[in-house]
Amino acid sequence: MSRSQRPLSPHLQVYRPQITSALSILFRIAGVATSLGIFLMVWWLVAGATGAEYYNTFSEILGSAIGRLVLFGWTLALVYHLCNGVRHLFWDAGKGLALESIQPTAIMVIVSSVALTLGLWILAYSTGGL
Amino acid sequence: MSMRSHLGRVKGLGSAREGTSHWWSMRVSSVALVPLTLWFVFSVASMAGASHAEFVAWVQNPVVAGLLILFILVGLKHSREGLQVVFEDYLHADSVKIPVMMLSSGAHMVAAVVCVLSVLMILFKG
Repeated sequence: MSRSQRPLSPHLQVYRPQITSALSILFRIAGVATSLGIFLMVWWLVAGATGAEYYNTFSEILGSAIGRLVLFGWTLALVYHLCNGVRHLFWDAGKGLALESIQPTAIMVIVSSVALTLGLWILAYSTGGL
Repeated sequence: MSMRSHLGRVKGLGSAREGTSHWWSMRVSSVALVPLTLWFVFSVASMAGASHAEFVAWVQNPVVAGLLILFILVGLKHSREGLQVVFEDYLHADSVKIPVMMLSSGAHMVAAVVCVLSVLMILFKG
């Protein structure tokens, strides 16, 4: 039997986008974005080890409008990956897989990611530094 | 005819090689990262705008330095293994996939060593 005659799994394009599938691919995208953002953590620690002068330069770059935007994006990606990761851990334990719990937990993940991200940024601004 | 059992022949071969251990390793690191990440993001957010002296004093707390090193090592392990799955899913030609995965692993190792050394330098030198 040639390869082309085998039954194919359904193509992704024929499905209407749903919250479950959107969160699923976003989980992976957020994971990759979080990985890329590790560069910022390396830079931060190296700047701290280098000395006060370079640390100040680093703080100025990250404190700029673009720096804050990148940092906000990284926070959101990290927090979303964390929240949906907890959802995945429950799935791995065999819990919450039924259709009636998939939808509510998806909304819980969205709400908690946004709340946690905003909470962190409110905390950052209220400490006076930013 | 082989005298070995079917299980004995497939163990350590093909798709039975290391899928389970990779999967399990990612679950363990993700469980560890839940508290570590929460600690990290809240600490960093409350340190926003801190001066270099304040940052150094924070890292020099042994609990902070220890948690930072753990976060770095577990986080980078999770990142390396997670990206490996992404590369395996989307890069099909070995001529691309293998160099990319080597480069990614190398970058993660460099990041891990550099981060840990930075924390230790701050801890012992200030």
